[in-house]
Amino acid sequence: MKAAQHPEEAAKFVANDARAHWHDQALWFVREKRDRMAVSLPEWEELRNTASQIKLHTVSRMADYLEEFERNATKLGAVVHWAKDADEHNQIVLSLLQKIGAKHIVKSKSMLTEECHLNPFLQEHGIEVVDTDLGERIVQLRDEAPSHIVLPAIHIKKEEVSETFHEHLHTEAGNNDPNYLTEAARNHLREKFVAADAGITGVNFAIAETGGLVVCTNEGNADLGVSLPKLHIACLGIEKLVPKAADLSVFLRLLARSATGQPITTYSSHFHGPRPGGELHIILVDNGRSNLMGSSQFRNSLKCIRCGACMNTCPVYRRSGGHSYGTTVPGPIGSILAPSRDSKQHKSLPFACTLCGSCTDVCPVKIDLHHELLEWRGEIRKRGQLPMSKTVPMKLTSWMMQSPWLFRFVGAVGRWFLRHLPRWAIYHGLNPWGKQREMPEAPKQSFRELYQIHESKKASDE
Amino acid sequence: MSSRDQILKSIRNQIVAAVDHPGLAGDWIRYDDRVAHFSSVLAAVGGVAHVVDSSEQILAQLKQVPAFAAGKKIVSLCAEVAGNVDFAAVEDPHQLEDVDFAVLPAQFAVAENGAVWVDDADVKHRVIYFIPQHLSFIVPAPANAADAIVDNMHQAYERLSFGEPRFGAFISGPSKTADIEQSLVIGAHGARSLNVFFLRQ
Ligand code: SF4
Repeated sequence: MKAAQHPEEAAKFVANDARAHWHDQALWFVREKRDRMAVSLPEWEELRNTASQIKLHTVSRMADYLEEFERNATKLGAVVHWAKDADEHNQIVLSLLQKIGAKHIVKSKSMLTEECHLNPFLQEHGIEVVDTDLGERIVQLRDEAPSHIVLPAIHIKKEEVSETFHEHLHTEAGNNDPNYLTEAARNHLREKFVAADAGITGVNFAIAETGGLVVCTNEGNADLGVSLPKLHIACLGIEKLVPKAADLSVFLRLLARSATGQPITTYSSHFHGPRPGGELHIILVDNGRSNLMGSSQFRNSLKCIRCGACMNTCPVYRRSGGHSYGTTVPGPIGSILAPSRDSKQHKSLPFACTLCGSCTDVCPVKIDLHHELLEWRGEIRKRGQLPMSKTVPMKLTSWMMQSPWLFRFVGAVGRWFLRHLPRWAIYHGLNPWGKQREMPEAPKQSFRELYQIHESKKASDE
Repeated sequence: MSSRDQILKSIRNQIVAAVDHPGLAGDWIRYDDRVAHFSSVLAAVGGVAHVVDSSEQILAQLKQVPAFAAGKKIVSLCAEVAGNVDFAAVEDPHQLEDVDFAVLPAQFAVAENGAVWVDDADVKHRVIYFIPQHLSFIVPAPANAADAIVDNMHQAYERLSFGEPRFGAFISGPSKTADIEQSLVIGAHGARSLNVFFLRQ
């Protein structure tokens, strides 16, 4: 199967100019809210430094902290499972559900379960999984993937939500009022919460010192989902660990401010052990994370707390849409994480980056995102995975640049042709720079010629 | 080898330079007027804060909340306000599905983000924090309301201890979503309104 590449997928998104602008503005609006929050705390940079150090420290002692977490969580009455990959994770979830004969599951947002493709797996086994975050429910009903890790339905217009809800929840046709639509979803999802046999959640932070888990939402869907049924399954990537409960002060101050520009999420729930009479199962998932740990170039990406700020600020993400990345986690951080799993499949992603550095500026845990993206480009070249469209012109250019007369000659010919050729000869498939934009008019003289004229004029003036 | 051992081994095989924990001491933000700051942040996230001296004042305020006045099923876990549900007798949390209003105790508040801390030490069904249509918290304040409010999250965690099976949460305002075209809608799954009363004693 040929992997879909970012430029082709992005072209589809950009083809609808109005929507691309609308998407761009919606995300920029979130980015501005984040800025207002960042400046409201004089200690913002100190918080980022501290968060980054805590995460690096945790990664450097990961095995010890995992064992400590397991010990403490078990003491509290939780059952800890370990999954080396997505398959094992899915099997564990399935067997837990089958043990109690669960047929209807409610799930709160979890990028990890997306990464493992848990929903289709459970559905194949006859289990209904309902995503309960409103944005996730919208994309689920539309049979799409989330396009953003914090704002899963940021690419969808309210008219489209209205159509989807009309079809599935029988809301009034043509009623596009977000209040009305949210109310309909509230009533629909409350029925699902009450009828659920088990609740699945992701985890924002796991605490080694206490064996506890923290889950953050604005809607309260994770809490409703796990406080009615008896079984709570928490799916947790091993990088979500922090050493101590007090460390959360740093991360909870940064997370929502960076994500949506709120001072904190509405609900920051701390689960320590199962509720009385209930069961709590925690699945620790590796799925490639431990390999990343050993890479000095890319280890930093394990610090990510999935706030989405790098997506909201990225000029490429904002204009090309989350789906164009073809990954569970899109945007700058996704373009680092995806090739570390499969660099051949995702080789186009590091090249989507403009290296503007905006992601690095906003990242609350100070991941040097644009440096890592540049590293990945070199890595992909080393692995011989560059497409010919990048290698052949590079070789030709290098050959041409080594010979000044050839360089001058080609430049002169090029300028003449650019000014005299008909449009169709310039704007075609082989010239990606002519897509979605007008080429600048080619000047009559080269820089060199202009420079020489300027110099001789200066000489005659003196 | 079990997956557990494989994962741990794979981690231990990686060469990662040791990095020290940075510590959490810092010059973290403080507010001259914690009550005012808390109230304005809570208002910005859709809640309302009140400083009161007596249960009469709480009742007077609550009666102005239409959902309380019209509420049929009211759970109160605070002595100051009477409810009409025998919470202790509720066996299955599903029975709380149609609660209109709940008045619950909270332990303390955080100025920087408008959150209150609650836990289920004396609350049999934790779903009561999430399932009622409307919610009010009463926070005991020793002498003045500011005593019940810490400045920032670092101070908040200094007050908390974990170690036994327990649920606890920071709750900041009513439930909300902005998943439809970034329009903020209050009342996603949980409470549609949230009042916080600081009760001076
Ligand atoms: S890389 Fe940084 S900015 Fe991007 S999602 Fe992760 S923590 Fe947020």
